[in-house]
Amino acid sequence: MIITRDFTDAVDYEEGMEYIDPTLMESVLELSSRYRPENYTKRDVKSALSENYPDSEDFGALLSPAAEPFIEDIAVRAREETRKHFGNSVIIFTPLYASNYCTNQCIYCGFSNRHDIHRAKLTGDEIDREMEAIASTGMQEILLLTGESRHHSGPDYIEDLVKRATNHFSIIGLEVYPMNTSEYRRMQEAGADYVTVFQETYNPEIYAEMHPGGRKRNYSYRFNSNERALMGGMRGVGFAPLLGLSDFRKDAFTCGIHAMEIQRKYPHAEISFSLPRLRPFMNKDLVVNDVTETQLLQVAMAYRLFMPYAGQTISTRERPVFRDNIVKICATKISAGVSVGVGEHSGIEKGDVQFDISDPRSLDEIKNALLANGIQPVFKDYVRI
Amino acid sequence: MNTDLLDIGGHRFKSRFILGSGKFSLDMTRTVIENGGVEMATLAVRRANVGGMENILDYIPEGITVLPNTSGARNADEAVRIAELARELGCGDFVKIEIIRDTKYLLPDNAETTKAIARLKAKDFVILPYMMPDLSAARDMEEAGADAIMPLGAPIGSNKGLLTKDFIKILVDEIDLPIIVDAGIGRPSQACEAMELGVDAIMANTAIATADDPAIMAKAFKMSIEAGRLAYLSGPGRVLENKGEASSPLTGFLEE
Repeated sequence: MIITRDFTDAVDYEEGMEYIDPTLMESVLELSSRYRPENYTKRDVKSALSENYPDSEDFGALLSPAAEPFIEDIAVRAREETRKHFGNSVIIFTPLYASNYCTNQCIYCGFSNRHDIHRAKLTGDEIDREMEAIASTGMQEILLLTGESRHHSGPDYIEDLVKRATNHFSIIGLEVYPMNTSEYRRMQEAGADYVTVFQETYNPEIYAEMHPGGRKRNYSYRFNSNERALMGGMRGVGFAPLLGLSDFRKDAFTCGIHAMEIQRKYPHAEISFSLPRLRPFMNKDLVVNDVTETQLLQVAMAYRLFMPYAGQTISTRERPVFRDNIVKICATKISAGVSVGVGEHSGIEKGDVQFDISDPRSLDEIKNALLANGIQPVFKDYVRI
Repeated sequence: MNTDLLDIGGHRFKSRFILGSGKFSLDMTRTVIENGGVEMATLAVRRANVGGMENILDYIPEGITVLPNTSGARNADEAVRIAELARELGCGDFVKIEIIRDTKYLLPDNAETTKAIARLKAKDFVILPYMMPDLSAARDMEEAGADAIMPLGAPIGSNKGLLTKDFIKILVDEIDLPIIVDAGIGRPSQACEAMELGVDAIMANTAIATADDPAIMAKAFKMSIEAGRLAYLSGPGRVLENKGEASSPLTGFLEE
């Protein structure tokens, strides 16, 4: 039988897209379909806070509206768990935007191909210059990003990016379009350590509305990316919904369950969460379900108590004060010296930005802010052997 | 007059407190080491940022034996390669083998660890394997060439104390190598209890790092480890756990 689509998918699998066993996705979505944030009470929240190993019910309670009055109590527990698992260390990294060509039409994104922005990609020489500029600041971990265009930034291009990055950096993350297992294996062999693929929203109907075109329109191919990355030998995988596209509580719940099921199936996988929420961008008319700072923190802390050993990355979409404080509670990784345009680190400035950042601080400024807060900045936490 | 030395592979230490690092601020390392009377401190090779900023190696004082660990290794092969890298970085010949295939509980893989020991022995490392307290595995590790055995008291970072107490006691009784409790010790009282059992040394990290004042906590650990050691050497009286015992012997009537 040739499988053309899962029940989640608005379109068929395209030629060349790898189909994998959907059991994990089905069990995640089955559990998530029963999640009703409004059904939890204060008592459920208190009970969740008293658990040593909170389960999915406790996780649901911690994400519910009933938990909002307990934000301080949850913070105390979250900080305790973070310190037990990570000490007071926070890892610093920076993203490198290598290309902003994109075939997708995500209606919330600055890179969408519906926008008339300056498109560009870095040449090999320019990549080296950007990487040298970043490495000269002392940075050891880099997250390589491209828009999702297999034409402009195909696997060969990305493999080349990774190989060049190994000359300058100890840790290399990839945030590019979903790939097949064999492609992830290629990237891993070239030197990539971890892969981040955001599902954006886990609600299949809203997902279809938000992604009217491009390969990204297929929900399950994207959902299964993290699993394919692990099958391809990647060391770690990152998860996130873009909070605000849909009901953020349900999205965060499903994301946590997704990460938990992946960890159960691949116990060696290093799991991490990112914490992006929707911010102003070119299409100002989009109706978003605003997520407040308090709610963003609530999500982060619920992830922490549910999967205390998982890393958490805080985006430059957030203001400095929020970032400086969330690393004291539950975030374990922070970006610094961030430019979200193509070629900005070395002054090439070829392509427009994906979104506006709220924390433009340099690596030194972030490092000093961490030290001032009694937190140990970590530049390298991995040895490639 | 201290003749009670800890001997690991022919290297002698007065201190029985091994400090884990990587969970507290680097600029505190020296104070914690001094307060704890520490002579050996672990170092995660994956954290060593040689020539870069905030390099942990730059913060360990001279004269302290560095115990590089292989954290991040998922199998024997990776552990061996990390150990070799540690030696290249100038960390000496000691290595703490940590092989972990589960990111949730961070429990060690005894079988892979035993394989790594055999391979590192051939390269003349002084080998301290982190392990799940299991007698057969400990015997295999001794046979493979380990210089000490480092059973866990509880999962790493849990501060739950000596959950595996009875199994560690079996290792103390049956294995001739130094037994060093490596993970789970959350309080000085738990360190003291382990030392009273006859364990040879304690490794602690999270317990120090999560204290409000790590420097003072390091001192508390030093004192409790020394107290526990003295208690063990003094041959403590038996503690009755379930019921009283007649002070006149039941068999006192026997005449021949």
